[in-house]
Amino acid sequence: MKGLFNSTQSSENTNDEHSESVTETDNSTEPTPPEPDTSSSEFIQSPTPQNENTGTHFSIGIDLGTTHCVLSYVDISDLEADEREQHVLQIPQLTAPGTIEDKDQLPSFLYQAHEAEINEGDTALPWTSQPDFLVGEIARNLGSKTPIRLVSSAKSWLCHAGVDCKSAILPTESPEEVERVSPYQASVAYLQHLCDAWNQQHPNTPIREQEITITVPASFDPAARELTAEAARAVGLSNATLLEEPQAALYSWIEKSDGDWRNHANVGDIILVIDVGGGTTDLSLIAVTEESGNLSLTRIAVGDHILLGGDNMDLALAYTLKAKLEKDSKRLEPWQIQALTHACRDAKEKILSDNDADNIPIVVPNRGSSLIGGTLRTELTRDEVNSVLIQGFLPDIASSEHPVTRARSGLRSTGLPYAQDAGITRHLAAFLTRQLNAVDDLAGISLPENASFIHPTAVLFNGGVLKASHFSERIMNVLNSWLSTEQAPEARLLSGLDLDLAVARGAAYYGFVRKGKGVRIKGGTAASYYVGVESAMPAVPGMPPELQALCIAPFGMEEGSETDMLDDEFGLVVGEPVRFRFFGSKIRREDTVGTRLDYWTDEELEELDEIEITLAEDGRKAGEVIPVYLCASITEVGTLELQAVSTKDEGQWKIEFDVRAGDED
Amino acid sequence: MNNTQFQINLELIPTTFDAIHAYLAATVFGLALTVIILLFMLLIGAMRKTKQPEQKIADNSEQAISTKIPKREPEVKIVEKIVEVEKIVEVEKIVQQPAPEPIILKEATPDAALQLLSLLQTEARFIDFIKEDINAYNDADIGAAARVVHTGCNKAINEHFTLTTVRSEQEGSKVTLPEGFNAAEIRLTGNIVGKAPFTGTLVHKGWLIKNIKLPKLTQGHNANIIAAAEVEL
Repeated sequence: MKGLFNSTQSSENTNDEHSESVTETDNSTEPTPPEPDTSSSEFIQSPTPQNENTGTHFSIGIDLGTTHCVLSYVDISDLEADEREQHVLQIPQLTAPGTIEDKDQLPSFLYQAHEAEINEGDTALPWTSQPDFLVGEIARNLGSKTPIRLVSSAKSWLCHAGVDCKSAILPTESPEEVERVSPYQASVAYLQHLCDAWNQQHPNTPIREQEITITVPASFDPAARELTAEAARAVGLSNATLLEEPQAALYSWIEKSDGDWRNHANVGDIILVIDVGGGTTDLSLIAVTEESGNLSLTRIAVGDHILLGGDNMDLALAYTLKAKLEKDSKRLEPWQIQALTHACRDAKEKILSDNDADNIPIVVPNRGSSLIGGTLRTELTRDEVNSVLIQGFLPDIASSEHPVTRARSGLRSTGLPYAQDAGITRHLAAFLTRQLNAVDDLAGISLPENASFIHPTAVLFNGGVLKASHFSERIMNVLNSWLSTEQAPEARLLSGLDLDLAVARGAAYYGFVRKGKGVRIKGGTAASYYVGVESAMPAVPGMPPELQALCIAPFGMEEGSETDMLDDEFGLVVGEPVRFRFFGSKIRREDTVGTRLDYWTDEELEELDEIEITLAEDGRKAGEVIPVYLCASITEVGTLELQAVSTKDEGQWKIEFDVRAGDED
Repeated sequence: MNNTQFQINLELIPTTFDAIHAYLAATVFGLALTVIILLFMLLIGAMRKTKQPEQKIADNSEQAISTKIPKREPEVKIVEKIVEVEKIVEVEKIVQQPAPEPIILKEATPDAALQLLSLLQTEARFIDFIKEDINAYNDADIGAAARVVHTGCNKAINEHFTLTTVRSEQEGSKVTLPEGFNAAEIRLTGNIVGKAPFTGTLVHKGWLIKNIKLPKLTQGHNANIIAAAEVEL
C-alpha cells in the first residue's frame, strides 16, 4: 500500500520494475525502491532537481497571463541540434493550506490572508518556509470564498489609464483593514514564484542566466510594457525581452509544424490571430511576404485592449440559470452563484465540444455536510448556450456593425474598464475595418478596390475559450460571410496549437529565433506616439489653448532603433516636474517624427496616460530654463523609452511613463 | 426516530466506487490466502521431513516463498484481479534464505490514504456522500448528488492518477496468454487445466495505475483533518 502513495518518482521506479519482472522470482533480486522519509521535510521537496551541466543554456518563455501563468523552456545550448524538445515547467504551488501540488499553470491570483486564517508553517513552499504572498491555486481557492481578500486580473490593471499601478490599490473593494498591493507588486509576486520554482528544479542553471522572453498582450501601451519589464528586473530578470502574445502563438504554430508551416502559409497571406483568454481578447494581423526568396512575416496591426473573455461567458450563463431558478421562486445566495458559474464552465465546454450533449444537468450542492438534501438542481440546455454565448458573444452581424459604446456611469474610477459590448465579432469587425490600410506599404499584398475592411486569408486561434469547436466554427463562419459579401476567398484555419500553453511555448521558441535561427516576425511598434503641445496662438479668454499632437515615435520602430526630434525644442524648468499629454495611434502609419497634427478624431488618436519629465538639479540652478529636444528609442527589451536631451550640453533625462497620477478622480 | 440505521441494509453496499472496496477486499483475501498457504506448506514440510529428511533444500526454499509472499503487498499496481500465488512457484531459482523470519507486513503510511480521502472530499464531497443516510431521499435526489460525486471523483482521479487498462482488448473477446504471462496482472478463473498458452474470454480488462501525482504536505500539516470545518463571518 505504501508504494502506491509514494512520490511520483518512486512510483515510476516501481512501474519500471513491474514491466521488467515477468516472473515472480526476479523480484527477489531487484533492489526495492528507497522508502520515503515520511517525517522529514523531504515531503515538500517537489519535483526532483534536474542536474544539468552548468553549461546548458535554456530559452525560457513566460506567459504572464491575466488568469494563468505558464513557463515553457527549450534547451538551446546546441543551436544546430535537430531534435528540440519543448518542456512546460511543473510549478509547485500551494493548493490548500499545507498542501503542495505541481501544476502546468500558476493561476494569477494573490490572496491576502488574515493572520488567524492559516496556521504557521502551512504556507511553506519547497524553497521558502514563509512566502511573502499567497499566489496560485491556493489564492484562487481561498479567494473564491473570501473575495474581499483576493487580488485578481492584476495584469488588466497595468493597462488601465488613470491608475497609478505602483500604488497599493488591490483588492479595490475590500475593507480598510485588508492590506493592499499594487498591480505591479502582484506581477512581481507571480514572476518571483515562477523564478523560484525554476531555480529549485534547475539549481545548476539559474534563471537569470537564461534567455527569458515574457509575453504581453499586443494591445499593451508603452507604460504597461515598461511596468512588465520593470517587474522582470525586480526579480532579477534584467535580460528578459518582451513579446506580443499573438506573435508568440504564431511562433508556437511555426515550431509545432516542424518546418511544414511554409506549406501552409503563402506569400500574400494575411494571418488574423484571435486570442480569447479568460479575461481579455487580443487581435493581431500578420502578413506573409517574400524577401529574397524566403517567406517573411510582418506584424502589421494590433487591436485594442478588450476586457472580454471566457470568464464573462461563464458569468453570463450563471445569470441565465439564476433567472431560471428564480422563476421557480428559488432564491440564490452569492456562494451559489459562484458555484453555478463554476459548474457552467464545465457544462459549457461539454456542450460546445460534444454534439450529442444537449442538456447538461447542473447541480450545486449544499455547503453543509449534508450533500443530498438542499442540493440545487437545474440544467443547461444547448439552446441556452446558443442564445447566450453564440448569439450574445459571437453575433452573426455585418462587417459594418461595430461595438456599441455608451456613456459610462461613474463606474470607471473604481473598477476595470470592461468592454461594454460583449459581441466579440463586433470588436473584430471594427478592428478589421480600422486596419483597412494596414497592408498599403507592403509589396505583394493588395486588397480589392471595393474592400471595406482588411481581408484576412488565414486565421489562427489561441486561448482556452476557443478550444470549444462551436466557438471557433462560429467565428470562421461569421468572418467568411463578411469575406464572401466582398467576393473575397474564404479564410482558412491554421490548426495544431495547444491553446492553453501555446503562448509560453512560442515565447520559449522565440529565444531560439533571437539567436538567428528560424523565421522572425518583424513589425516593431504597433502604434505611433505623440505628445500634446499647446499651439502658439494668441490666448482666447475662456477657451483652453489649442492642442497639437507632435509625433515623437513613428509606427513600426524596430527594437534597438532610435529617433531624434531635433527641430522641436522645449524649454524645461529645472527642478519642476513637467507633464505632457501623451497619445498613441494604431492607424496613423505615415506620420514621421516631428509631424504636427492640429486635428484628429477619437478613432485616430487614443489618449494614454500623461508622461512626466523632471530635470534633476545636479549642477544647475533651480528655476533655470533648459532647451531640450525629445528622443525616442525602442530598447532591446522591447519597451519604448523617451528622453529629453539638452540642446546645449550633454544633459539627458529619462521621461517617465508610469506616473499615472490618477488625479482625475 | 429512525431505526433503519441499525439494520443491515443491502442497498447500502456501494456499487459505484468499487475500486477502493475491491482493493480492500483484495487485500483481505490476499492476506487470508497467505496465511492458508503458509499453514499448508508448513504442514507439507513437516510431513516431508518425517518421510525424507534429506530433502532439506526444497523445504527451505519453499519456506522462502512463504516469506516472500507478503512482499507482494507494497506493489504499486492496483490490479483488479487477485494473484493466484500457487501458479508462480519456481523452486530452483529461489535464493536460499536462513531460517524463516516472522511474516513481514509493511505498514502503509496513513498520510497518503488520508490525502486521497481529502482529495475526494474536496473535489467530490465523497465523505459527505458516504456518511449521509440515503434512505431518507428519493432516487432523483440521490442521483443529483451522485453527479457531484461522480464529476468530482473523476476529476480527482484523473488529475492525480494515470490509469490504463491491463488488457486493451474488448471485454468479451478471446485472448491468448503466452507462457510466462504475469499472473499478477491476469487472474485465471474457471476451467484452469493444461499448460500455457491459455485461451479464454476476457471478462474484465483490469485497471493499472501508471503514474501517481499526489500533493505534498508541509511539515506539521495535520493530514487527519480531511475537511476543515467552515465558519462564515
